[in-house]
Amino acid sequence: MGLRTPLFAEHERLGARIVPFGGWDMPLHYGSQLEEHHAVRRHAGVFDVSHMQPVDLAGPGARDFLRYLLANDVAKLKVPGKALYSCMLNDEGGVVDDLIVYYRGPNRYRIVVNAGTADKDLDWMHARATGLDVQIDRRRDLAMIAVQGPQAVALTAPLLPADCREAAAALKPFFAADGERWFVGRTGYTGEDGFEVMLPAAEAPGLWQGLIAAGAQPCGLGARDTLRLEAGMNLYGQDMDEGVGPLESGLGWTIAWEPADRAFVGREALAAVRDNPAHRVFVGLLLTGRGVLRGHQKVLVDGREVGEITSGGFAPTLERSIALARVAPGIGAGCAVDIRGKPVAAQVVKTTFVRNGKPMLDF
Amino acid sequence: MSAVPADLRYTASHEWVMDNGDGTVTVGITDHAQEALGDIVFVETPEAGTEVEAGDACAVVESVKAASDIYAPLSGEVVEANPVLADTPEAINEDAYGKGWIFSLRLADPGALSGLLDAAGYQAVVDAEA
Repeated sequence: MGLRTPLFAEHERLGARIVPFGGWDMPLHYGSQLEEHHAVRRHAGVFDVSHMQPVDLAGPGARDFLRYLLANDVAKLKVPGKALYSCMLNDEGGVVDDLIVYYRGPNRYRIVVNAGTADKDLDWMHARATGLDVQIDRRRDLAMIAVQGPQAVALTAPLLPADCREAAAALKPFFAADGERWFVGRTGYTGEDGFEVMLPAAEAPGLWQGLIAAGAQPCGLGARDTLRLEAGMNLYGQDMDEGVGPLESGLGWTIAWEPADRAFVGREALAAVRDNPAHRVFVGLLLTGRGVLRGHQKVLVDGREVGEITSGGFAPTLERSIALARVAPGIGAGCAVDIRGKPVAAQVVKTTFVRNGKPMLDF
Repeated sequence: MSAVPADLRYTASHEWVMDNGDGTVTVGITDHAQEALGDIVFVETPEAGTEVEAGDACAVVESVKAASDIYAPLSGEVVEANPVLADTPEAINEDAYGKGWIFSLRLADPGALSGLLDAAGYQAVVDAEA
């Protein structure tokens, strides 16, 4: 048996199919993954993401610590509430984890890391904080609920505490409102508008039930995966990991090279790859033949292997199969994918397939 | 609770087999199997005329979750694949024992049918997995 979130009883009551994920017992779907996916694109869905781990950092050394720890630069965060997506790299330039960091005030930050990597991440952070004046506080007391979709903000706002309700409703994307007990980010992992709400575990069932009563569709990890894939968002452990860095995972935009004198973990290793024109590139694939793209299938050009799919599946919004893939540079627009020994035609496209309910590519 | 019709035969790998009474059988996957797979989005069916041996992987059902092989329950020759699955693979989710049938087979040995599981035997397989 895995770990259970404060919403586990809610999932059982809703008849969820429960699966192990990152050490947790989590809902895969509540009946139909496709319906859950469409609900998020068209209306609003609610996800239990309490398996993800908020970590608070504070102390006079917090800012300097994060500027060293992360490949993106928290010095960009000047307004309280602003969020930043970053990789946390190892010395070889591989990815220890990807995370969001929220700026809460001078030398006060909250980061949110992945479930399966949380123990490793905390060890990694503590080892690099030696001698620095920074407190690292793993917030096991918080639950986290994501509400996503065009109606998500309108549905959620009336259910928020008075101390952050107005601020939350007025948030720009990638900002957060800090209440006394609740923390509300206008962030997500679906390509839709919405909130991610961190709150005390005991209050989570009330918010969950309120959102469902207001018409939000409960959604499991299955829909979360097809939604993020359509949005072209990376999944740690599939699209990048400790052996494959951001430059080969479509995450070059998250590396803050300037200022040039900022030392951060992995910088030297990344710089060497950056100047190597042979480094692999991260692309989107649209299957034009019949079948379903899946992780680890080989990408072919003229029968020759040029790369591999890292994440693939059926895209419910497009009713086609799509994938993220790591391939040799300069392969052009046409390729094939080896599906069970047969080459099936595919097209190289941008990694953003769907945004705000709309397909981003023509076919 | 998934349905296990009493008039069908089954395999431990979750195919159902209907005796058409003319030396052919119709094959699909059980209600239990479709429920475990989740929403089905693509089905690769065998071509008519293909010779299959019992236990051969001869079709693939892809759900939102994963690809699963479908095995020939008995040896024989494929008569027909269900043409509606090309455009409506979800027929398997909606009606696993009816419009979601996958292929039909002319048996090499019609007597081999009796070697498959009956409904009670298949129910025991499902119960053992739970």
